[in-house]
Amino acid sequence: MDKDNSSLDPRQDGNPYDATDATERKVDSSSEGTEGMAGAIGAGSPDDIPTDTFASRSAVKQTVGIGRKTESGSVIFPAFDSHHPPEKDLIDDCVHCGFCLPTCPTYVLFGEEMDSPRGRIYLMNKGLEEEPLNDQMVRHFDLCLGCMACVTACPSGVQYDKLIEATRGQVERRYERSTQDKAFREMIFQLFPYPNRLRVAAAPLKLYQRFGVGDKLRKAGVMKMLPKRMLAMEALMPMLTKQQEIPEFTPAEGERRRTVGFIKGCVQRVFFSEVNAATVRVLAAEGCDVVTPKAQGCCGALSVHAGREEEFLGFARKLIDEFEDSGVDQIIINAAGCGSTLKEYGYLLRDDKAYAEKARNFSAKVRDVSEFLQELGPVAERQPLPVAAAYHDACHLAHSQGIRKQPRQTLKQIPGMEVREIKEAELCCGSAGIYNMVEPEPATELGDRKATNVLNTGARMVVTSNPGCMLQIQASLRRMGHSMPMAHPMEVLDASIRGKSVETLLLNR
Amino acid sequence: MASRQLIDRMTDILGPEGVISEREQLRAYECDGLMNYRVIPEIVVLPESAEHVQQIVRYCYDEGIPFVARGSGTGLSGGALPVESGVLIVLSRMRKIIEVDIPNQRVVVEPGVINIWVSQAVADDGYYYAPDPASQIVSSIGGNLAENSGGVHCLKYGFTTNHVMGAEIVLPDGTMVNVGGGMAPDAPGYELLGAFVGSEGTLGIATKITLRIVRKPQAVKTLLAAFKDTEEAGDAVSGIIGSGIVPAAIEMMDALCIEAVETAVHPGFPQAGAVLIVELDGPEAEVSSQFDQTIKICEEANASEIRIAEDDEERALFWKGRKAAFAAMGRIANDYYVQDAVVPRTELGAVLKRINQLGEEYEMRVANVFHAGDGNLHPLVLYDNDNPGEAEKAEDLAGRIVMTCLEHGGSLTGEHGIGRDKMKYMPKMFTDEDMDTMQLLRCAFDPHHICNPGKIFPTPRLCGERPGPFHMHPVQKAGLAENF
Repeated sequence: MDKDNSSLDPRQDGNPYDATDATERKVDSSSEGTEGMAGAIGAGSPDDIPTDTFASRSAVKQTVGIGRKTESGSVIFPAFDSHHPPEKDLIDDCVHCGFCLPTCPTYVLFGEEMDSPRGRIYLMNKGLEEEPLNDQMVRHFDLCLGCMACVTACPSGVQYDKLIEATRGQVERRYERSTQDKAFREMIFQLFPYPNRLRVAAAPLKLYQRFGVGDKLRKAGVMKMLPKRMLAMEALMPMLTKQQEIPEFTPAEGERRRTVGFIKGCVQRVFFSEVNAATVRVLAAEGCDVVTPKAQGCCGALSVHAGREEEFLGFARKLIDEFEDSGVDQIIINAAGCGSTLKEYGYLLRDDKAYAEKARNFSAKVRDVSEFLQELGPVAERQPLPVAAAYHDACHLAHSQGIRKQPRQTLKQIPGMEVREIKEAELCCGSAGIYNMVEPEPATELGDRKATNVLNTGARMVVTSNPGCMLQIQASLRRMGHSMPMAHPMEVLDASIRGKSVETLLLNR
Repeated sequence: MASRQLIDRMTDILGPEGVISEREQLRAYECDGLMNYRVIPEIVVLPESAEHVQQIVRYCYDEGIPFVARGSGTGLSGGALPVESGVLIVLSRMRKIIEVDIPNQRVVVEPGVINIWVSQAVADDGYYYAPDPASQIVSSIGGNLAENSGGVHCLKYGFTTNHVMGAEIVLPDGTMVNVGGGMAPDAPGYELLGAFVGSEGTLGIATKITLRIVRKPQAVKTLLAAFKDTEEAGDAVSGIIGSGIVPAAIEMMDALCIEAVETAVHPGFPQAGAVLIVELDGPEAEVSSQFDQTIKICEEANASEIRIAEDDEERALFWKGRKAAFAAMGRIANDYYVQDAVVPRTELGAVLKRINQLGEEYEMRVANVFHAGDGNLHPLVLYDNDNPGEAEKAEDLAGRIVMTCLEHGGSLTGEHGIGRDKMKYMPKMFTDEDMDTMQLLRCAFDPHHICNPGKIFPTPRLCGERPGPFHMHPVQKAGLAENF
């Protein structure tokens, strides 16, 4: 595995200053290493992973490193090219007040300026002005979880989300990662955005879990020999349950109030299909016809958060097409990470003449399911569920979409339900898309911190709206020798509407 | 690039994780909350204990390397501006709350602990830490100590210096000492703690600080009053203070400032020429009667609207609007230059008028937000650094504003400190003799001039030495002090 997995400090990666680092790079288009890695997590057929889908290849062609002479005569390549660099205007909104520092997970962990939003924005500005993109800079950008807690904290309204996304796009196009790092990332992106592949990969996992292979390997000490990133992945894998398919059309119960489209998500669909089933039942019970296009693919959230622009654009266009003629009033998503990206389609596809307007219209229809239900108002009768639940704010719901009250409200509308707040609620749990797989060490520290705060609530279960958070908190609790039932707000609401008992709900995961 | 020897020695002390020496990483530390001055330090070190700090400082002393301490880097006078070829000692990893002693009303913390953490740690017991600078969610106690930070509530409760009971300090030669009495209200011997608090990092580095916490008041009432202009609001302030009421806080914001915070945090402030936030706290009965009186005074001063915070949530929203004021300037301007002058309360009206005139003269926007109760002004000169010459123009205007305040019997700074930013104005406020006396104190602590040099005093002088022919300082003449 790559260097950062073997060193103790996750930030000590890369070579010292090297001015050639920001020059144009050729992206290796072979899938070197992918096969072995896919095997390691149980992807049965390497043939399932095509080798010709390297989205970054076309992007590289657009990259022109414009050299610039400095007074001393040496040539410095600018860190960013002209295709969507972090915007100067947005950088200038930062007045360097530092209000973002205490809410930034990496600043909380490392206490270093460069691992804070203020520091990263400063580095972006330097990148625009004078400094080349080198290993150190990339490391600090990579370490950002993209939790957007800083966006909430910032009094100046700095749009850090746009800045870091633009920066990541530049890094992915212009910076040469180590072969191992590249292969690992590629493996993730050839797997997670494709539910069918993810399902194939998950099949042997089921056997692996049934026979307790992981535990046996752990006891035999074999696990310790796996690279840290692989260990992190293994630890995150949930117990798989039976896949529940969502019909293409689900009629409203009683009087029809809305027609909504439903997005199934990728991780949600494969690992938490019961959340989708519950969501659709709740929507129907609240008077919605639910349209769920069968062919729908990934929304591209993981790709865009990792700077894989071309790949993202492909996913986004496809998803927009799939809902084009559906005639729905709203498009509902129950995964926070997907929702925040779906709402940004209008911005992210702004350059695409054919899709810009479609994307804006699409984004305008997108609602997180809790947000939508609160707009709609409840009609279905809620049966009591006397239980104390800790509600965990998913960053992409609370910070990216500003949705905090609605899911709490949804839970509080259930008679007998007690919603407990988790200390340091604004701090990321460390899941952050693919972060806990590529940066396992900081992610583990954050996970432990979150799990401790969750346990301290004394609640009997955890409720959260993002599959990544569920996996992460579950894995962290397990590592600490605890377990706690977890549920999506829709599973809780579904249980209440269907009159299930608390005990049945607590058997959940 | 730092010398190999320096890097090696620091790595010996701190391990590689505690040392930053790559250029582009160092650049993130080239300024604090004030971006007008930037210096790339030679090396940044992140100690995790008092012993680390002591070892670093001792090495610097032995080698004659200057050093600067930095907390969260939110200071507004460039007090934590690094020194070229110097060491920047960043205390953000020393953030343990060492002891909470509720019965004795004290909390012992490391310098990197963030101000609000102290209040959070004792909130369940009904206590809080009174000094509340607007940056309290991010600024560190060590930095608060160095700057003697105030805050909106210091009118009634005093500055940091009134809430620090003792400190463990690493002196510029690496000696570790304890100053302050700890438990005693008035420690025997010289009041060295008083000299240290507010010394802007020039007398040493605090590594452990004992703070006083106070009981949360029985009742708190907050109102927001809107006025036609700052003059009318100023009348209300004079009226309230003049009537004998000591508000916990009394803050004023002008129209431009209201516009910025409205865009930023939507506190729902009325559109007006000025708003006042007045907060009273204390025993229920006292607060209640004085609050009615305050409302009456505001009405008499022609308040166009008076809003009373119905609950803690609404009160928090008022304060959020106020405390976000500086940072919110990013919404209406790319850059701003903040001043921190103090004027006698009675001169407020005249000074504000003059500030407006100056703004018009320079064709620059000046937003005003200030602690009206003690006349501590924060005029914010708005500009755009990308327009050539504008930064200089802004600084010039800010300078004129300070001079105006001095002419009206005011002072250079209320709470942000002199730092690098305002040192050139020191001679306008103090005589050479005054400053030499201060230098004598500084030299007693830092004879080699390595501890945060180039701050507070306009010309780097060694220990009472003056330009031109030597004059003995009056204090020396009297045999009370000697040259080092």
